[in-house]
Amino acid sequence: MSTENVIEVKNLTMEYSTRKGNVSAVDNVSFSIKRGQALGLVGESGCGKTSIAKSLLKLLPDNAMIQQGQIVLNGKDMVPLPEEEMRKHRWSEISMVFQAAMNAFNPVYTVGDQIIEAIETHLPDVSEKDARVKIENLFRMVGLAPEMVDRYPHEYSGGMRQRAVIAMALSCDPDIIIADEPTTALDVIVQDSILKEITTLQDRLNMSMVYISHDVAVIAEVSDRVGVMYAGRMVELADTEEIFIRPIHPYTYALMQSFPSVTGPKRELVALPGEPPDLLHPPKGCRFHPRCPNRIEKCDQEQPEWKDYGDNHFCACWNPMEIN
Amino acid sequence: MSNQPLIKVEGLRKLYPIDGGVFRKPSSFNHAVDGLNFEIGHGESLGLVGESGCGKSTTGKMLVKLFEPSDGSVKLQVGDSYINVSNIDRNSRKDFRRNVQMIFQDPYESMNPRMTIFDIVGEPLAVQDIGTISEREERVAEFLEMVGLTPASSFMFRYPHELSGGQRQRVAIARALVIEPAFVVADEPTSMLDVSIRTGVMKLMQDLAERLNVTYLYITHDLAVARYMCDRIAVMYLGKIVEIGPTEELLSNPRHPYTKALLSAVPIPDPRIKRDAVQIEGGISKAIDPQPQCRFYARCPIRDEHCKTHDHPPLEVKGNGMQVACYKVPVE
Amino acid sequence: MTNSSSNRSNGGSSVWQARWALFRKSAAANWALFAENPVGLIGLGIILFFLLLVILHPILLNTVWDPNVYNPINGFDPQSPVNPAPPSARHLLGTAPQGQDILSQLMFSARNEFILAVLAATVTVTMTTTLGAIAAYYGGVIDNVIMRIVDLVIMVPALSILIVVSGLFELSIVQLALVIGLISAFGASTVVIKSQALSIKVKPYIEAARVAGGGDFHIIFRHLLPNLMPIALLYMMFSVTGAIFSEAVLAFLGLLEVDMSWGIMLNTTRNLGFILDFSNRWYLIFPAGLSITLLSSAFYLVGRALDEIVNPRLRQR
Repeated sequence: MSTENVIEVKNLTMEYSTRKGNVSAVDNVSFSIKRGQALGLVGESGCGKTSIAKSLLKLLPDNAMIQQGQIVLNGKDMVPLPEEEMRKHRWSEISMVFQAAMNAFNPVYTVGDQIIEAIETHLPDVSEKDARVKIENLFRMVGLAPEMVDRYPHEYSGGMRQRAVIAMALSCDPDIIIADEPTTALDVIVQDSILKEITTLQDRLNMSMVYISHDVAVIAEVSDRVGVMYAGRMVELADTEEIFIRPIHPYTYALMQSFPSVTGPKRELVALPGEPPDLLHPPKGCRFHPRCPNRIEKCDQEQPEWKDYGDNHFCACWNPMEIN
Repeated sequence: MSNQPLIKVEGLRKLYPIDGGVFRKPSSFNHAVDGLNFEIGHGESLGLVGESGCGKSTTGKMLVKLFEPSDGSVKLQVGDSYINVSNIDRNSRKDFRRNVQMIFQDPYESMNPRMTIFDIVGEPLAVQDIGTISEREERVAEFLEMVGLTPASSFMFRYPHELSGGQRQRVAIARALVIEPAFVVADEPTSMLDVSIRTGVMKLMQDLAERLNVTYLYITHDLAVARYMCDRIAVMYLGKIVEIGPTEELLSNPRHPYTKALLSAVPIPDPRIKRDAVQIEGGISKAIDPQPQCRFYARCPIRDEHCKTHDHPPLEVKGNGMQVACYKVPVE
Repeated sequence: MTNSSSNRSNGGSSVWQARWALFRKSAAANWALFAENPVGLIGLGIILFFLLLVILHPILLNTVWDPNVYNPINGFDPQSPVNPAPPSARHLLGTAPQGQDILSQLMFSARNEFILAVLAATVTVTMTTTLGAIAAYYGGVIDNVIMRIVDLVIMVPALSILIVVSGLFELSIVQLALVIGLISAFGASTVVIKSQALSIKVKPYIEAARVAGGGDFHIIFRHLLPNLMPIALLYMMFSVTGAIFSEAVLAFLGLLEVDMSWGIMLNTTRNLGFILDFSNRWYLIFPAGLSITLLSSAFYLVGRALDEIVNPRLRQR
């Protein structure tokens, strides 16, 4: 693993404007990913993880606005780029595996045609013949029979469609792939084989990845580094093993304690009281304070600082878990 | 309470015709549920686990009489005798509806958006003509408090869209329990909830089962959740139960090759533990006019000629209370 | 909107109070949404204007207007013996060929239009929702019978059925309203309502209701119909437009037994040969024609505005 950062996100803040007011979906989030590294973003629905993915690709709905921050991809800030410029970077440098694989393909064209189209738009130098060879190779790589190239989406099962989506994401040799809940709708056995496929490919192609999932267990297995999101803010960021062994933020700790496992001793599950906040009116200070067992006086007044705890372990908390 | 089981399922089948039209007889059938036999004791919680399309939801819906079985029977103990669910008269129907309820997966779609929480939770009381409107109001309030929606008065006259997913699922639990049924089918009740909310709902279901002496059939695809919710687990594959037994025994010492594969595919929320490689390949299909051989034959890593030429194996006790449907698993 | 199947005791008053409060709240919220939309407000304004005419007419006849002169059906003004006459201070919109005051005719007719519109629309909506819900819920033979009748009614243009029916029987305004309501009840809106009902029928809350012990009647009236009401209301507005238009055509063709309506006004104009002389006799054509257009499009506009409330996706952010 080299030390070069493929992508660097600095102080990213994004809001949606709605009829009822502005929703602060991503608030001052920073992280960077090295070549070949996999970052897992974990959190519950509405925590801003998908909004980050959409911001990185700049595939934002009309009512979303990046208020501040930089997204530096291969040394170039993407935030100020107009859409035509951005299109050149999308797919060839940064691509995405979508959550709803069912809807990723147009039902009236073959899957191959749709991927060829993507290649032709983003890599104009590649001939159609070469593109076809490339797709067949990609299909083999993701574990699909090359004949499937000429089939229509409805002839694919859910798992096969997800594989095709991965092939499409790989089609323009990106440096980084964002996988937003790539296996959420799939059964465990299919999920297992697809996750294996992605991690193997990632190693082989020395790609960087961003995994986005609500599933702590999936993130634990596929990521090198984990960022925990809560209510639009990143609360903790560390290497995977480090964060699972030594969670510092009470939310991270609670998330892990509430996640059941099939192996190991059957420990008591801990339930977190309350609900995630309404991001139209996020709580003052630390956004987790209304549910936090560790809260102290200043938690509802001041936003906690993003502090370095050594070993590349960062956390934003006024009263962290005891570190032992 | 008696030692006899609350629910007895015998030879339960559900076949869906394929290719049938108004004028043509269907030529083939999808064997969605194919010959299930199991019992659930009073106060017990049985988990029905399997991948999508294995027939677990269809089974659940036959148990609450949303679907009629093609064959076989479901018997429910009421008083000292059993009523046959698929063949009941007016009086038993009343008993049945008072004793059997269901919790649905989707907290958003399982509530009429134009009804208030009071009307939703009070629906079983209203349609079964239990109590006056003010008695129902009191009872609904009591159950809302019981599921943790306090104060009840601040929830009664709101609409489901004003509540969060976790709150709605609590409402769904209150609706299922408000007539104090003996048996509840819970179809993936927590799979759409966020982790931090899910644990609370799981604990609530367990507490209430104890308090109100409820027996659950807990349908889930998630073995880790089943571990916390169920006393026994039945693993389904293509309409058949392949293994059934006490939860911890099944999880720590699975015997059927499919159970093994399913277990080894579950990700573990601890990066220090590496799990075994999954031994099976291919995907789940449908049991359309199945061959007279083991349903798992095509994907089985330990199959042999015997499995190919003989009918699907029956469930047999293999040791430690485990029943397994496999010719290759030895009796201990 | 909400009503329970039984309210046997008086002790449930708090439940009813809460429901009344909810109803007021949702009415206020819907009004706020409606009021945001100028299209709907314009439509509502036009409707209210015509309602005002309906209310003012008897008052005027009892106070300012001499009934012998201003009676819309057989009034005659001795001071203006030559008819039709163009607008003047005594007759703001002029007089009809037989001497009646046109403004008075116009105001009097508006009442008939409203009776027709509201009655026809109510019949349509009640029937389409019930038919659509029943067809969707039961399916099979019942569905087939209803849908084949619908096919038949859609195939034959409604107007031609109306012409035949009113040729056979001389219809009063109430009878006409019932016939129009009945015909549009078996129209395209039933297909729309049925497909909506089909999508509601497969919702888990229908299964939940059945597990709760609810029978067919409970599910249709407590779950299907309330969820069909918003879209039914929408179609009610559109069917009003159709009803006003149909009445005008039938009256124009002389097929109605109605004492006075906007269609009759035009019919008289045509019968006496003034219809082609628009430049000189515009006051015989223009007021009635414009009223028909305005009132029917007003209901359409209100329908469009309701559409945006019923289907939030149409709303702009």
